[in-house]
Amino acid sequence: MHLPAILPWGEAEGFSKQMLLVILSVVIIATFFVLAARKQQLVPGKLQFAGEAAYGFVRNGIAKDIIGGKDFMKYVPLLFSLFFFILVNNIYGAIPLIQLPSFSHVGGAYVLAGIVYVTWIAIGIKKNGLRYFKLATVPSGVPVYILPIVIPIEIISNFLVRPVTHSLRLFATMLAGHLIVMIAGSGIEYLVMQESVLLKGTSVLVLVGAIAMYMLEALIMALQAYVFTLLTAIYIEGALHADSH
Amino acid sequence: MKQLIVSAATEANPLVPNVWEMLVVIISFAVLMGIVIKLVVPMFEKTFAERAEAIEGGIAKAEQAQAEASAALEEYKQQLTDARTEANRIREEARAEGAQILADLKEKAAAESARITAQAHAQIESERQAAVVSLRSEVGTLATTLASRIVGESLSDDARAARVVDRFLADLENQNAGAAK
Repeated sequence: MHLPAILPWGEAEGFSKQMLLVILSVVIIATFFVLAARKQQLVPGKLQFAGEAAYGFVRNGIAKDIIGGKDFMKYVPLLFSLFFFILVNNIYGAIPLIQLPSFSHVGGAYVLAGIVYVTWIAIGIKKNGLRYFKLATVPSGVPVYILPIVIPIEIISNFLVRPVTHSLRLFATMLAGHLIVMIAGSGIEYLVMQESVLLKGTSVLVLVGAIAMYMLEALIMALQAYVFTLLTAIYIEGALHADSH
Repeated sequence: MKQLIVSAATEANPLVPNVWEMLVVIISFAVLMGIVIKLVVPMFEKTFAERAEAIEGGIAKAEQAQAEASAALEEYKQQLTDARTEANRIREEARAEGAQILADLKEKAAAESARITAQAHAQIESERQAAVVSLRSEVGTLATTLASRIVGESLSDDARAARVVDRFLADLENQNAGAAK
């Protein structure tokens, strides 16, 4: 399952396919949106319309709806970049011959979740000062005698578990999808190699199942990009309005 | 042997990240964020703002045109009303003036006719007076001439003749007065 390194840069590490695909995703996203946005026509053409729809989906559907207020525009670039960066890197897994979602390696997921983690804590401190940690861990309206239980739970869930689940959710779904596709592929290969015609025939069943799984995986790839971005927006919103939660 | 196990575990554990991959993702994402912040978001926002402005500007322009049109209509209506009032006023004035002129003319005509009538009266009176005077002297002359012819006596004495005539006329008048009684 471990991919061959493109350039061996050491014993276990090298310039992997993932790295190439990650860099390629930046080129794809930047090229598409710069081309789409460049003309700036009041009545958009097809490309511009597609770009505006995609941009508006993140801007209005995620940033404006979740964060809202006057200053949601500040977070649109982060949310926009996250959504399309993850989306393109996930969709790789559904493209024949590439068939490799970049986040099936955990490093990228850690990086993105880490960026988000630092960002929302920084926003919380900037907005509320150090009081933010009290606001984030001591829920209002809870009886005093429950607080000794609630506060540790809040600390663990907000500051320890949150970045872990945020990164592993993306990584695990991509890895699982990738594994299923690979297992199905090698399973078909194995069955076709069998001498018995009946065993050869069962490979068709595996193929049908694999196609269904492929469709499901394609859905999950898009969905996980949305979920990751949506959670980022929710965390930022929570940090911005910690005093009203 | 121990080293092998550790390395195998590291290989097999999917939760251990590859540092180089993390680095690539960090740099790639930073580059993407930079492009998005510098180019993509400003360009889209500019287009959105321009479009909103164009739509709102169009609406504002239409509203302005509407307002101008209704103002013009109002003005025309006002002008029409003014013109009607003016026409009425002029008509009224003309009527009053005409009546005034008519009255003046009537008065003037009446005065003229009165003057002419008075003049005629005066003329008739003076002519009558003249006729009476001339008749009186003529009757006197005729009567004395006739009487001298009848009496055969010259009544050349004017004083006497005048007395006779006066007496005759007085008698005549008395007769007339008696007849009238």
